[in-house]
Order: sequence, then C-alpha cells, then structure tokens
Amino acid sequence: MLNRLEIAGGADRAGRPEEIRGIALKAGESLAVAGPTGSGKSEFLADIEQLAAGDTPSGRIVSYRNAKGEMAGRSPAIVATLSQRTNFIMDARVEEFAALHAASLGKPGRDWAQRTADLANTLCGEPMTPESPLQRLSGGQARALMIADIALISDAPVVLIDEVENAGIDKHLAVSVLTGHGKIAVIATHDPVLILSSPRRLIMAEGGMRRLLAAAGEDRRCLDRLAGYDAALLRARDILRRGEEMREEFFR
Amino acid sequence: MKALIVAGPPSAGKTAVILHVARRLLAAGDKVAAVKFDTRSSLDPELYASSLGIPAIGGLSDYLCPDHYFISNMEEALEWGKSRGADCLFIETAGLCLRCAPHIEGLPAVTVVDSLSGLHAPQKMGPMLALTDIVVLTKGDLVSQAEREVISFGIHAANPRARIHPVNGLLGTGSLGLSGELRQLPELDEAAERKLRHDMPAAICSYCTGERRIGRRYQSGNVEKLRPESPHAEPA
Repeated sequence: MLNRLEIAGGADRAGRPEEIRGIALKAGESLAVAGPTGSGKSEFLADIEQLAAGDTPSGRIVSYRNAKGEMAGRSPAIVATLSQRTNFIMDARVEEFAALHAASLGKPGRDWAQRTADLANTLCGEPMTPESPLQRLSGGQARALMIADIALISDAPVVLIDEVENAGIDKHLAVSVLTGHGKIAVIATHDPVLILSSPRRLIMAEGGMRRLLAAAGEDRRCLDRLAGYDAALLRARDILRRGEEMREEFFR
Repeated sequence: MKALIVAGPPSAGKTAVILHVARRLLAAGDKVAAVKFDTRSSLDPELYASSLGIPAIGGLSDYLCPDHYFISNMEEALEWGKSRGADCLFIETAGLCLRCAPHIEGLPAVTVVDSLSGLHAPQKMGPMLALTDIVVLTKGDLVSQAEREVISFGIHAANPRARIHPVNGLLGTGSLGLSGELRQLPELDEAAERKLRHDMPAAICSYCTGERRIGRRYQSGNVEKLRPESPHAEPA
C-alpha cells in the first residue's frame, strides 16, 4: 500500500455540506485546486497543512496514512510547503545549503549538492552549479532549487504549492519532478497549464469543494497547446530581457 | 487558571500568535486574559482588548531592567488574572535580551522564534530557547522548506525536549495544534516559592542609577571590562 492523504468534506461558508464528500490522494499523485479568488483555495491548503480534525471553520478531516496504513498525528514533518518567495535568507553556496539541509535530516554524504543542482537545472534555462551562491540565483533558479530540494532531500511526503507565479521555470515538469519522487502534490493555482497538469482538479466555490474533475482526453490535448503558448511567452521574455527586438518570425 | 509565559525577541510575532491562539480558546468557551510586559510604551493591552474583548493590562519597566521588573511582578500578574476569573492567562514578556530566560520552573513556557532571524539563531538564543517547553516558529512562509527544516533542526539541537509548532502570525495557520496543546496543560497559577529556570544578570552599577556620562571615573559597582586576550575578543 502507498502513503495516502485523505480529506473528508465538511461544510462551505454558508454551512451547507460540501458537494465533494471526500478525496484520497496516493503517493505520486497531484491535485490542482482551482476557483475564483476568495473561493477557499488557501483555506483548503491550510486544512491540509494543519491536518485539520474537524476543528477548523470548514469542519474537514484530513488524515495521512503511511505505507503501513498507520495514521500520523499532527506533525510539521508531514507537509512541506513551497515558499511563494524566490529568494533564500541563507548566505551560502548551493553545496553548503544542500549539505546543511541533508545533515539536519540525518542524511550525510551522497553528493546531495550535485544531484540537487542537476535536477534544478532540468527545470530552468539558466544552469547553476554546486558552487553558485544562493544570493546570486535568479528567481527561476531559486524556485527550481527549492523544488529539487523538496523532491530529493526533504522527507515530507506531502507538498503544498500556493499560487506559484511564473518565475521562469517549467511548471509542468516541476510538478512531475515532485510526484516522480513519490510526493503527494496539492497545487492551488489560477494557471491553466498547472491546472491541467494534474490528473484531477478540484473546483472550489464559496469556501466549499464544489466539483472534482478528471483530466479527459481533450483536456490533455489542450494542455499541450496551452503549454506551447506558455513556452512562447517565456521565450519572448528571454528575447526582450537580452535587449533584442521581437520579430514576427517568432510566431512562425 | 492556566498561566502561560510567552517569550521571544522583539517583532518575532508573540502578540500575533497569542491573538490567534486566544481566539481559538475563546471560541471553545474559555475565559482568556493577558498581561503584557514592556519597556517604555506598549499598544498591546489595547490591542488585546479591542480585537478580542478580553481583559488585558500592561506593565512598563521604564528605568528598571525589563527582566527583573517582569519577575518581580509575577505574583501580581497571576493574582490579577485570577481576579478576572480567567481560565487562561497569557503573560507576554518584552523579549529584549538573550542573556536570561523569563521561564519559571513548573509553569508552562513558550518561546517564539522568527524564521527570518537566520539559520544560526537557535544557537544564539541561549536559555530563552534552551529552557522552554514549547517553541513557536513564525514567518515560515517567508523562507524555503529547506531553511524551515534546518531551523527546526537547530531548535531541536538547542532544546531536544521542546515541541515545535510552526504558526503563521498573519493568517493563524498552525495555531490549531498549538491551542490544542495549550488546552491540555495543567492548571497552575502559583508563582511564589517557584524558581526561575535560569538566573538573571547582576545589574548594579552607576548606569543603573541614571548615570549617562562616559568614562572610567564615572563607573562604579559591577563593572566588567573588555579583555583583549580573552578567546571571545576577536573572531577565530
């Protein structure tokens, strides 16, 4: 049996029972959480972060079971959150950062820095090395490093991502890097590419879980097109940032 | 009555954390009160009263050492809380220097640590962190997951028996686990005859009595001088 995160529905802001009565996510699965601003996405993530036990305003019950089926108590070690920030407070090189994080979790050795930098480099265009200083990383590099670090080094089995802005990384690949390392990823976002990147999407309304949709065949074909637009915007950004001019050939 | 001492450096989020936890306790039907110790001025008692409607008083240490003033008023704070019929009394310290810890043997102790204070902050915090029962880690949303985990590890190394509760002081996320733990605490509200967990510094010199001039001839009482030959005088 795989690790599992289970969310049992409570009530929306009007006190009506949530239409979606429950969701279970297995290790390696991701769930996109979508809905207008104020629809309850952040509260949904907060319920997971705190492993709500019917004691939050929503009344939801969130439980996490490990591979042996044992239910975990409330512990900060279960849920990792991807910071909305794209900078570090630590003043060190990537290698010191990775070694310190791994050592703090009792995982010495194993060349964490090189593996983390290599994985981060698959997510963003500008490569970093273990010698790169954290404070010189671009927003995209920092975000890529944070994702690679959660995937490789952090022990937390559940990752929450709230409204990741477009920091110049391959978002679709970022989610698959996390789930590919066995994480359960829950992503609150307005970004169509990210919403469609998950096999299921939860639609929030008025504080409640309103609909749960599985990505159908046509969704997937549209995802490819939307991801193409997204990549085009990133390329255009790079062109303009280099001080070059946009040419109409760009669209051919 | 449960009495709870909340310590932590300035701006770590002590008041914000207490507001969130107190709101949860109030919702569960508890009567809550707060005492805020500060130095020169404080807006917190009014903040507790206006945002939660709970009884709150403040004490200003003014020209006295804030920690000495705090501990000299512990019985008075507890008596006030009992006189207001509180089930839970939050005693918030001014949180100034890291030389001592305001925590008392037998009374529940909370220390608030700011994630932004740096990865080495847990080593630098001394007895305020090492002698507490519960650590609240604030502003975790402003650092990366790795930095949060490294800081938590540093806290655990400085104080292996403290429980760590990450709490977002703006949104209150995390206050659920913390208030649940506080609800289980025993009722303890007597401070007389108890002991501080750590001693406080001697502070009897000419500057204690209002001296402002600089120079050896104006200094008397407990005066220690820099010693260039001591191992801490220069960076290693």
